[in-house]
Amino acid sequence: MSGAQTSSQAPALEIRNLCKEYRRGVPVLRDVSLTVEPTSITAIIGPSGTGKSTLIRCINRLVEPTSGEILFHGTDLTTLSRRALRHTRRRIGMVFQEYNLVERLTVMENVLSGRLGYVSAFKAWLRRYPRADVEAAFDLLETVGLTRQANQRADALSGGQRQRVGIARAVMQQPELMLADEPTSSLDPKTSVEIMELLVSIASTRRIPVVVNIHNVPLARRFATHVIGMTGGRVVYDGPPAGLTDDHLKQIYGGEDWLE
Amino acid sequence: MTRSAGASRAAKAFQPNWLARFGWGALVAYAIYAASILDVTWDRFALGLGQGARFIGRMFPPDVSPDKLQLMMRGLYESLEIAIIASALGILLSLPIGLLAARNLMPPWLTWPTRLLIALCRSFHQVIVAIIFVKAVGFGALAGILALTVGSIGFVAKLFAEAIEEISLKQVEAIRATGASFMNVVLYGVMPQVLTRFVGFATYQFDSNLRNSTMVGIVGAGGIGGTMFAAFQKFDYDYLLTILLAIIAMIMVSEILQNAVKKLYQ
Repeated sequence: MSGAQTSSQAPALEIRNLCKEYRRGVPVLRDVSLTVEPTSITAIIGPSGTGKSTLIRCINRLVEPTSGEILFHGTDLTTLSRRALRHTRRRIGMVFQEYNLVERLTVMENVLSGRLGYVSAFKAWLRRYPRADVEAAFDLLETVGLTRQANQRADALSGGQRQRVGIARAVMQQPELMLADEPTSSLDPKTSVEIMELLVSIASTRRIPVVVNIHNVPLARRFATHVIGMTGGRVVYDGPPAGLTDDHLKQIYGGEDWLE
Repeated sequence: MTRSAGASRAAKAFQPNWLARFGWGALVAYAIYAASILDVTWDRFALGLGQGARFIGRMFPPDVSPDKLQLMMRGLYESLEIAIIASALGILLSLPIGLLAARNLMPPWLTWPTRLLIALCRSFHQVIVAIIFVKAVGFGALAGILALTVGSIGFVAKLFAEAIEEISLKQVEAIRATGASFMNVVLYGVMPQVLTRFVGFATYQFDSNLRNSTMVGIVGAGGIGGTMFAAFQKFDYDYLLTILLAIIAMIMVSEILQNAVKKLYQ
């Protein structure tokens, strides 16, 4: 189902010398390079405002990079035409900090919106999705435990439930890469762990590599297979979670009082 | 804290806005001046009240002779048709026009001409637009339909564009990230956020069109207005009352229908 197996050895994503300036002369990302291995969970940690969200949005070009290369299964995403970009976005699922569900649509409609890259506007308007898509949506709702809420409006759900829908929508794309931008920052600690567990278990059973922004270090240590530490728009740590020392954390977040 | 200190701090808590106060004062002064220039006096008003009473007296009892009623129903029905067709056309056209005018989704080279078109539709009162169309396409319902369609676009498309400009772009971003086409982004990311408001504008515009469709007949653009104007000129005030009561009834029925429609789209 997932295309991740097709390139089991080559990295799923390679970012080379990525720079982003929203305003000329004020770089947000400075020369970021990193590699995402297939079936890995890459956590990007760092303080707020350090460009984590910008980095993750540069990958599917919700934000246009200023310079650098983003190689996704060998194709440079930064040079794609609009149409090719749209087709590539279909292969990259995204989960958001504030869930970004369409509030006035039902849970089912939100999950099926993961297929909007494949369905014509007319059929999407009439909600005429292919039968296989609807079946897959029901299966996913069962996986995330929201079968009974299928026909409720998204704005009737709790935060944790909304993020489950957000994950289901992203997985519905049958993506070859999942991006998650602070998926737990709006949730309480217990729900945060549950959501991370769900994300990681779905990703591993479907062999989808995940890039997740997360400022919570314990969560990153617990779930990631690889950690990128960023500060001031630069990568300052790139390695396994076990190699992350207090010295690294001091460098990433600054100060040390908070470590106690 | 002492009491006097509290009082002086309370005085500081609310700063007077002298500019606004001056503005209100100037407005009142000008209204009084304008009334004196226009010869608006109490005597004239009192005299008018007496004439008004005689006018209302001549309206009773309402004229309900069958041929007059038949004539009225024909006019009323034509007004209703004008309102429905103009609303349908205007509301349907407002969807794409409003979308093209939304500055958060469209590039400036598209929003500027579209906004200009909307402004043009709003520039004149519908009776003036109706006069123009009567001159262009001749007397009758077509002129009324065109006039009210133009007016509907001016109102609905403008408010629709403003509603789109206030949506949450986070939902749009999420749909865009799935690789959806622009039309699908509009259908799933934009429309659900503005649909209830659009229905509100549309029903309001229908209500307004219904009222205006009874008026464009005065300038020959079809509907009950023509019959009503003739009744005025022939001093058929009892027939006039019948027509006015029928219009009130029609507006009330439409009000009930509108509430039902709004409930449907909550």
